[in-house]
Amino acid sequence: MNQHEAHGSEHPSFLAHHFATPRQQFEAGKLGMWLFLSTEILLFSGLFCAYAVYRANHPEIFVYAHHFLDSTLGAINTVVLICSSFTMAWAVRSAQLGQKKRLCVLLAFTILCGFGFMGIKFIEYRHKWHAGLLPGKHYNPQAHEGDHAPVSGHADEAEHQPTTTAARHPVESAAVEPEHQAATTPASTPASSTASEEHTLQVPPTIGPAGLAAPVTTTADVHAEESTDEKVKNVQIFFSIYFAMTGLHGLHVLAGMSVIGWVLWRSMRGEFGPLYYTPVDLAGLYWHLVDLIWIYLFPLLYLIH
Amino acid sequence: MSTTGVHPGSALPDSRESNYLTHKSGLGSWMMTLDHKRIGVMYLISILVAFLLGGIFAMLVRTEHLTPKETIMSADTYNQVFTLHGAVMIFLVIIPGIPAAMGNFVLPIMLGAKDVAFPRLNLCSYYLYVVGTVMALASIALGAVDTGWTFYTPYSTTTNTAVIWMVMGAFVLGFSSIFTGLNFIVTIHRLRPPGMTWFRMPLFLWALYATAIIQLLATPVLGITVVLLAVEKAFHIGIFDPQLGGDPVLFQHFFWFYSHPAVYIMILPAMGVISELISVFSHKHIFGYKFIAYSSVAIAILGFLVWGHHMFTSGQSSLANMIFSALTFSVSIPSAIKVFNWLATMFKGSISLETPMCYALSFIFIFGIGGLTGLFLGTLATDIHLHDTYFVVAHFHYVMFGTMIAFVGALHYWWPKMTGRMYSEFWGRIACALIFLGMNITFFTQFVMGSHGMPRRYFNYIEQFASYHQLSTVGAFIQGIGFIVVAIYLAHSLFRGRRAPANPWGGNSLEWHCSSPPPHDNFAVTPTVGDCYDYSGWQYDAQIGGYIPRPVGAEH
Repeated sequence: MNQHEAHGSEHPSFLAHHFATPRQQFEAGKLGMWLFLSTEILLFSGLFCAYAVYRANHPEIFVYAHHFLDSTLGAINTVVLICSSFTMAWAVRSAQLGQKKRLCVLLAFTILCGFGFMGIKFIEYRHKWHAGLLPGKHYNPQAHEGDHAPVSGHADEAEHQPTTTAARHPVESAAVEPEHQAATTPASTPASSTASEEHTLQVPPTIGPAGLAAPVTTTADVHAEESTDEKVKNVQIFFSIYFAMTGLHGLHVLAGMSVIGWVLWRSMRGEFGPLYYTPVDLAGLYWHLVDLIWIYLFPLLYLIH
Repeated sequence: MSTTGVHPGSALPDSRESNYLTHKSGLGSWMMTLDHKRIGVMYLISILVAFLLGGIFAMLVRTEHLTPKETIMSADTYNQVFTLHGAVMIFLVIIPGIPAAMGNFVLPIMLGAKDVAFPRLNLCSYYLYVVGTVMALASIALGAVDTGWTFYTPYSTTTNTAVIWMVMGAFVLGFSSIFTGLNFIVTIHRLRPPGMTWFRMPLFLWALYATAIIQLLATPVLGITVVLLAVEKAFHIGIFDPQLGGDPVLFQHFFWFYSHPAVYIMILPAMGVISELISVFSHKHIFGYKFIAYSSVAIAILGFLVWGHHMFTSGQSSLANMIFSALTFSVSIPSAIKVFNWLATMFKGSISLETPMCYALSFIFIFGIGGLTGLFLGTLATDIHLHDTYFVVAHFHYVMFGTMIAFVGALHYWWPKMTGRMYSEFWGRIACALIFLGMNITFFTQFVMGSHGMPRRYFNYIEQFASYHQLSTVGAFIQGIGFIVVAIYLAHSLFRGRRAPANPWGGNSLEWHCSSPPPHDNFAVTPTVGDCYDYSGWQYDAQIGGYIPRPVGAEH
């Protein structure tokens, strides 16, 4: 963890003055990193908790809204991150074996995967931005779709084609498929009338806080008349949680990429070898955690049934 | 570099020439230092400045309450001042107070290590503290926050004041706290010298360890909570906003999941200090070492399970209320274990009432009242009546002010070690008496008016509470005078104080084995570790005004 100037003749250059042996320093660094990872997990746990509370109280929001997410892109991102974790682990091994060149290549590849992940995430975010699928009071699907969609809000195909990459649907059917689902399932039911959509943004006072204290049934009861429309109440909550979780995770990916970049720079200077590879190891641990959190986020947000 | 360690008397002259204060000079050598002692001193100075600010806000609040109507400020200003008092005292003073200032200074020395495990991270924590403090205090200029230190939604997300600055300051301060805790845990695990087993550690270290666990596991939840609050306020994402389908009670759960354990972050290190002081000044081995050690850990664990008792009136289910109430009572068990062990330590001890001991005894008294009144609030039926009254304010201050008492006690106890100077014992005791008296006058009155129904945080009050409020304000002024006296004689001692011997109190933990002030790298040779509560190896030497090692084979 600490790279100090040499203090004594018997101390190797990488050993800080207050440690007796390199092993003690390595173990201190490793314990410190694990403790830090536990704080990271607790940082995310607040969001997981919010997710659990809202999903338990309003499962219909999650079932409805997750169709707007592209599970193919999500799956690709999962694969990208798992690959990057693999190369990261391999990089740690290379550092231990003193294979400098391989270490640098593997670290560079890991960073590349990070860019890939963020790129795909950007595509997803951009689509939601254009479609008005935004958190809280910014959630306003037709306003944006109105800008793009030519005429009738009813025609699901027409509605989504201009807004997304899905425009060239015959060719890229694999990537586009879920978008179609998203368009057909929910859009056919509510997306029509402006009035009903307006309505979703205003919670009637009788419902009150839609959370812990509010019985789930009231929502359904009050709006039983509106039948299917009842599904889309408070959809913005899903997108608040979606953006909060993936946004925070994205920031962690960026942080991880920066750390790996720094480790890569030090690797190129040949600082790591069988005797000293702590930073590679610790950066690897951090990267695996970032990966792991995504592995939880993906099914929780994209694969809801 | 001094060669010190086993013979404090002989090491004294040497250390005057080279100690951690004189090791390097210049502002840069302090700003960029990696020495845990210097970082501890910088924390101490910053925290004392923050304490002065928080104290001024407290005096303003109490002065305002001299009359039932407006006295010196408008209602809006009053809301801002009590919010600032709470936020400054909690986030800037009490939470970092003992661990970051005292802990940083003595933890590695008590352990026999040269430094904390990650010195650069330690310095980083300090600067995070400074940045967080600046952000939190900047809110004063940018529209002072008027939400109370709890930042309850939806008011905090709709008020026009600078809530974002304040909560993001709290976020940064949280990371400062996390890194300090992380550093301490790793240091205690990995840097103990040979012979320093877990059960040979001074109890202060056990307390810091338990505190660090809470800092590490609770603070990130506050982090995500205040980030969500700031995002909610800035972008209206609706997670806590009922108008957008969100849940304001969820904020309360998140907030108290941190903030209840946080009161144990505040009180546990204080208990650790008291364990040291009681034993040293009774000149008697601590009673029930393992019980005190384990009770610290037990409090840390149980502290995570009781947050719901802040929300008995927030619409929780009665089942949840009952469970939280029962768990709340269970915290009193380890707390009482500590108090009984302190009393048993003093029993038949040879008690000397030096200033730190006066503070330790004050702590036991004050914490006793604070702890017992907590039971009224943990009981569901009485809490409905007492919730949001001055009874809560008084209970909270009896416990938290206990921490400040322990902090000041620790400051006096380690002052000779930190500065190499002795303060005036006479004025020390006078000031302690003033603070103790003022504190009780201020807050005991508040128990009475709270139980009569005076609500907290109110600007105006009805005439019948006037005499209570005035008495309480008088008490606050007495405390204020007490703290001014402390500031004066401590500042005076820096320049005119008698040179401190290596071991002025007769303690036996390792910090008393190195000179006052300690040399730059604490120990030239790794010290031999014995029982830190066995005082038989020291005898008083009137000539140096402190304790020196008893010659081998001498009777006592």
